Amino acid sequence: MRWLSDPLLTVDHLSMHFGGIRAVSDLSFTAGRRDITALIGPNGAGKTTVFNCITGFYKPTSGRLAFAREGLAELDDVAAITRSARRHARMASGDIYLLERMPDFQIARQARVARTFQNIRLFSGMTVLENLIVAQHNILMRASGFTILGLLGLPPYRTREAEAVKTATYWLERIGLLPRADDPAGDLPYGDQRRLEIARAMCTDPVLLCLDEPAAGLNPRESAELTKLLCAIRDDHGTSVLLIEHDMSVVMNISDHIVVLDHGVKISDGASDFVRDDPNVIAAYLGVPGDDTTAEQRA
Amino acid sequence: MPDAAASDAVPSKTQNRFIAALRDAAFVGLITAGLSFPLIALRAEADMNNHLELQQRWSWLVSATIAMAASRFIASIFDRLVARIVGVTGVWLILFAGGTAYYATDTHPGVIAGCVLAGLIAIGLAAALNRSSVDAGRTETRPAEPSRFYRLDTSGGSLAGNLISIAALGCAIAFPLVVLAWLGPQGSLKWINNYGVQILIYVMLGWGLNIVVGLAGLLDLGYVAFYAVGCYAYALLATKFGLSFWLCLPLAGVLAAFWGILLGFPVLRLRGDYLAIVTLAFGEIINIVLTNWVDLTNGDAGIPSIPRITFFGLPFTAADDGFAARFGIEFSPIHRNIFLFYLILALALLTNFVTLRLRRLPIGRAWEALREDEIACRSLGINTTSTKLTAFALGAMFGGFAGAFFAVRQGFVNPNSFTFSESASILAMVVLGGMGSQIGVALAAAVMIGGTELLRELDFLKVLFGAAFDPSQYRMLIFGFGMVAMMIWKPRGLVSTRSPSIFLKQRKAIAGALVKEGHG
Repeated sequence: MRWLSDPLLTVDHLSMHFGGIRAVSDLSFTAGRRDITALIGPNGAGKTTVFNCITGFYKPTSGRLAFAREGLAELDDVAAITRSARRHARMASGDIYLLERMPDFQIARQARVARTFQNIRLFSGMTVLENLIVAQHNILMRASGFTILGLLGLPPYRTREAEAVKTATYWLERIGLLPRADDPAGDLPYGDQRRLEIARAMCTDPVLLCLDEPAAGLNPRESAELTKLLCAIRDDHGTSVLLIEHDMSVVMNISDHIVVLDHGVKISDGASDFVRDDPNVIAAYLGVPGDDTTAEQRA
Repeated sequence: MPDAAASDAVPSKTQNRFIAALRDAAFVGLITAGLSFPLIALRAEADMNNHLELQQRWSWLVSATIAMAASRFIASIFDRLVARIVGVTGVWLILFAGGTAYYATDTHPGVIAGCVLAGLIAIGLAAALNRSSVDAGRTETRPAEPSRFYRLDTSGGSLAGNLISIAALGCAIAFPLVVLAWLGPQGSLKWINNYGVQILIYVMLGWGLNIVVGLAGLLDLGYVAFYAVGCYAYALLATKFGLSFWLCLPLAGVLAAFWGILLGFPVLRLRGDYLAIVTLAFGEIINIVLTNWVDLTNGDAGIPSIPRITFFGLPFTAADDGFAARFGIEFSPIHRNIFLFYLILALALLTNFVTLRLRRLPIGRAWEALREDEIACRSLGINTTSTKLTAFALGAMFGGFAGAFFAVRQGFVNPNSFTFSESASILAMVVLGGMGSQIGVALAAAVMIGGTELLRELDFLKVLFGAAFDPSQYRMLIFGFGMVAMMIWKPRGLVSTRSPSIFLKQRKAIAGALVKEGHG
């Protein structure tokens, strides 16, 4: 129950409306530190919308996304930041960010939330290695003295770049793509591209990694490899994972905590055993016996 | 095409193929001769009394027959379309030289020799192209090898690239001295100024725009605006405040960069067509302001008598304190032009050096990543706003440098130098060169500007087509044909592959098909 005792991300009353469409309404859940939290639900339940709100690609209509990067956030502290106009404060327990107030690139840079996309978004015309080096942009940018020192070819940048290559090599080894480091990313097979996108997100050294359907289009063997990779990310690197996934074998195997959405509303929340037997979830996925209106809504 | 059957019938043995090509050529020659007899060799013309008179032009018939037969021979002996086109061009160049030597005996022998040499080089190039295509064909048939990218040998590939760059640089450095030694101060002026300096200005502009369009993928149709800003910056600062060129040069760059950022802000959210339209409008706004703000810019009449370039303070004049007198050499206006040539060469090389360096720095990689996928960039914590603005600012800065140089070279500026067609031709150089490729853009600039100038040299064509014929009037037509041909055979430009900015074991060129053009 780490999501209750030490929440990394606290979503409070999140709503996202597009005109008259309520994609997400009044959603509250927490994601625990060093947990793999799965966000599941039928198609159109609003999972990706939640992701886009968390990573700043959408500005939520209302709600709060409190992100306690280092340690347990006191409720008073969060409330104090919320009242102030600030988006970030350094408390005794660590930095607290209000993600709904931050632009997307700063969520990735400062709060250190990384993400992947449902339709893979690699830099296809750049090599596999270049993709991973671009992910370390902000560190390298500082090392290059915001380009000026780097333009002069001073050594600090070169050593930092060598370290960046080392990090990239480490991740390439982890995902088994080291032999293809110098090939264009667009040339990789689909499964490799999915893994590379995860490695690229990990190269930003994130605290929270958001994965949008990482197992989509993978064969069973690749799914099993992915499961292993995600567990390693959680256990070896201490990175928390927030996961949207349809592949139940992946979800049930690795999730510490599952949140189920349907029509933009949370219908279940708990450990995998609890969610599996929850009648609300069964109804949402399979329909309620004798209730034709629900079945029609699904169609 | 009938020759396809003839050449494909005997593809394996070179001997057979040679004979087949000869037979083919003879056949075509025969047909040409037969058709030319009524069409070319005999011509009815009205004389003074309005009587028709039959003229006989046997030399024309012979020329046409030889030309067709030789072209067909080349076309049948090569497989690949590019090789055929290059080879046939070479043949025509040689025939052209022969024809000129025969008909226009007063033509400079250098021109004829040059044509023959160029023709021979073209045929050699065609042979090389044909051979490489045969090799490529062999690797493509291997099923395991992915054919979407080329595996290049690291050492060989980069060495060849370096050799080409060094050779090009050597040629550029030696160019004015060689021309001066060959043609003397009078004759070399045209070559150094109209060709050398003019081409290098556009090489620099192309490289500057390449940052914005080629690397960052932001389609900028108003690049000439920054050229204008740099140009007027020097013209106004020098005439109104008497600032020296060496002070104005960085100022012009800074001012142009400032305008680049100013343009960048409103267009940050725009993509594709919308971005192109707004940048186009920006270019027009600058031009219209320069035309109508008569108090400041003197409108269409322009700014005359802008201070000329000095050799770090020594003017290029015949006076006692001039460059020539101080160095104890005889005064000649060519000195200034040679200095201008080396100045623009240095500026262009600076542009190139900075761009190549930036490509390997995080900012350059962020530009290319932005061109590939902006949303992914944002998800990785890259500030796309500042990334785009730096691309605009740096591209504009180099445009500003080139503008200041243009003003000091011309000594007179008016808004007519900064029309949309200038923007379009600079953009055409970037696109034809291959977006993002430095050497490709330089090559395209040399071909486009040098080619246009060369058309003025083809006076001997008047012998063939009549005294009223002016080849330079056909430059847009030829340019248009060139564009169409490029888009058919090399849609991604002369250098269509991308070279990665970093590699682990081996630098492999990335096929153009994978590289995105940017979203605007």
